[in-house]
Amino acid sequence: MALPMESTISFTNIGKARWWQRGIFASQTAYVTLALLVLLVVMHIASPYFLTEGNIQNVAKNFSFIAIATLGVTFVIITGGIDLSVGSMMCFSAMITSMVMTALSTPGMPGAALFTHTAADGKTIVANLPGLILFVSILAGLGTAFIVGLVNGFCIAVLGLSPFVTTLGMLSIVRGLCYVVSNGRGSFPGGPDASYFYALASGDLYGLPAPFIYLVILALVMAVVLHHTTFGRHVFALGGNENAAKLTGIPVVRVKIAVHVICALAAGLQGIIICGWLGSAPANMATSYELNVIAAAVIGGANLAGGIGGPLGAIVGCVLLEVIRNGLVLAQVNSYWQQTLVGVIIILAVLVDRIRSRMI
Amino acid sequence: MVTATATGQPILELANIGKDFGAIRALHGIDMRVFPGEVVGLMGDNGAGKSTLVKIIAGNFRQSHGEIRFGGSAVQFHRPVDARAVGIEVVYQDLALADNLTAAANVFLGREITRKFGPFSLLDHKAMAARALELFGELRSETRPHHLVKQMSGGQRQAIAIARTRLSNARLVMMDEPTAAISVRQVEQVLSLIHRLKEQGVAVMLISHRMPDVFAVCDRVVVMRRGEKKADKPIHDTTPEEVTALITGAREAA
Repeated sequence: MALPMESTISFTNIGKARWWQRGIFASQTAYVTLALLVLLVVMHIASPYFLTEGNIQNVAKNFSFIAIATLGVTFVIITGGIDLSVGSMMCFSAMITSMVMTALSTPGMPGAALFTHTAADGKTIVANLPGLILFVSILAGLGTAFIVGLVNGFCIAVLGLSPFVTTLGMLSIVRGLCYVVSNGRGSFPGGPDASYFYALASGDLYGLPAPFIYLVILALVMAVVLHHTTFGRHVFALGGNENAAKLTGIPVVRVKIAVHVICALAAGLQGIIICGWLGSAPANMATSYELNVIAAAVIGGANLAGGIGGPLGAIVGCVLLEVIRNGLVLAQVNSYWQQTLVGVIIILAVLVDRIRSRMI
Repeated sequence: MVTATATGQPILELANIGKDFGAIRALHGIDMRVFPGEVVGLMGDNGAGKSTLVKIIAGNFRQSHGEIRFGGSAVQFHRPVDARAVGIEVVYQDLALADNLTAAANVFLGREITRKFGPFSLLDHKAMAARALELFGELRSETRPHHLVKQMSGGQRQAIAIARTRLSNARLVMMDEPTAAISVRQVEQVLSLIHRLKEQGVAVMLISHRMPDVFAVCDRVVVMRRGEKKADKPIHDTTPEEVTALITGAREAA
């Protein structure tokens, strides 16, 4: 079938792009990373406390509290969609986890007998199998997120509703459910497994905060999925040209549902981790976090028009937001300025990207 | 240029194909045969039914009447993927490329090559890039597999869309206005790409408004008007003037 080559292919008019004009270096992520490094140096000079171990741990922990959800929403943004329900999802998963944990640890509640028994003194509640309650409650929290993600995906991919409107509705629905199930009071994880829960969510390993470790693992997994699997390729293709994706036989509906499920699961996991750190799941937890999460993704280089984004950008965006917040605290600036500054940075990041793409 | 009309089995046979959209009769009684290694020009004014016909053959629509036979057997397509499975490839007018991906990624879109790593199957970037480079070579196109489509010229994009049709052993390639939006030099490239397909025994259907292109590469020209086939002639038996007259209706039939 192959023809004998009449001439070798020569690239007479196509030079090789310079290293700074291609790949990661030509992305908004690179510019924001650079800005972040500059900011770190400035902060170090400005404040002697900034680079102390305690403060770095604090920063690492704080940005990890939104970064996992940011990884999830980045998937959706790459396909050209948006998910506004992440904040509510965090709260709902946290609440379900916390309520299931408490219920399973309370004698007399349905199912509780399978998991706990009362110790000889008649008061202390002992788990039948330590860790099982925690496992089941986290599964319940993530299961809830899975269902919400499925509903989001179904409405958007199958019914063809606009992602913005669907997830805006879901923001309200899920937040409402948080108030309904807890009667507005929130929930506190309790029972014999609560201590494991706190250890998993707010402990540390070799000085690294646990949420940070989860974040790094998930980000690495995400990088492999996005760049080295068929699914990841389809996610990018969908964001680049949805019509092309359809015509080339990509299962568009399945990919869309999958990214919304991933996003909801990431938000749910994030909520559960925050709950373990806070020691409670108040009904107003993570309110308006969707803005921080989407802002972090966009600052890190994810393009709301679709087709561009990645885990590194998501994390860099989160770190940048947190470092600025931390810097304002260290500089004793009124903390009410934070939100204003975050908005300015979002616009700046997009502006720099626009200027750069005009230059090339 | 030898017309294959007299020899061999037709690869595609349309018998009495019709398509109604509600009260509108978009196609009526289309009979047509396309042979391996033959380039057929499909011409007609806007609304003549060319695109509808192509979409029926490609599996985007289902015909209201008639039968499609491909490679000797009757076929019924429900989705574009079904048509692709039997060896019908389409180069769409907008080329169906994702700008944010590389040339190689676009060639293999929806048909990625993977390698097993334990329980996981990961993309085989190397194999895809190598195969894409080979295909671009066959098409004599200066296209680098790892460059982003965003930065490419119209001719290079066209080459990617055509390279895609060479992945499987396509037996019929339909091209919808492949020369409509590109430069003169690139038109030359696309026409030579069509020659390459023909040399390899692939049947090509060229949907075009551009008379010079049709007369440069086609063996046969089919003219449609108002959903009906008005003419089907070997290219050396007709002239651009006659075809124009058939398209506009100045001549009823030939």
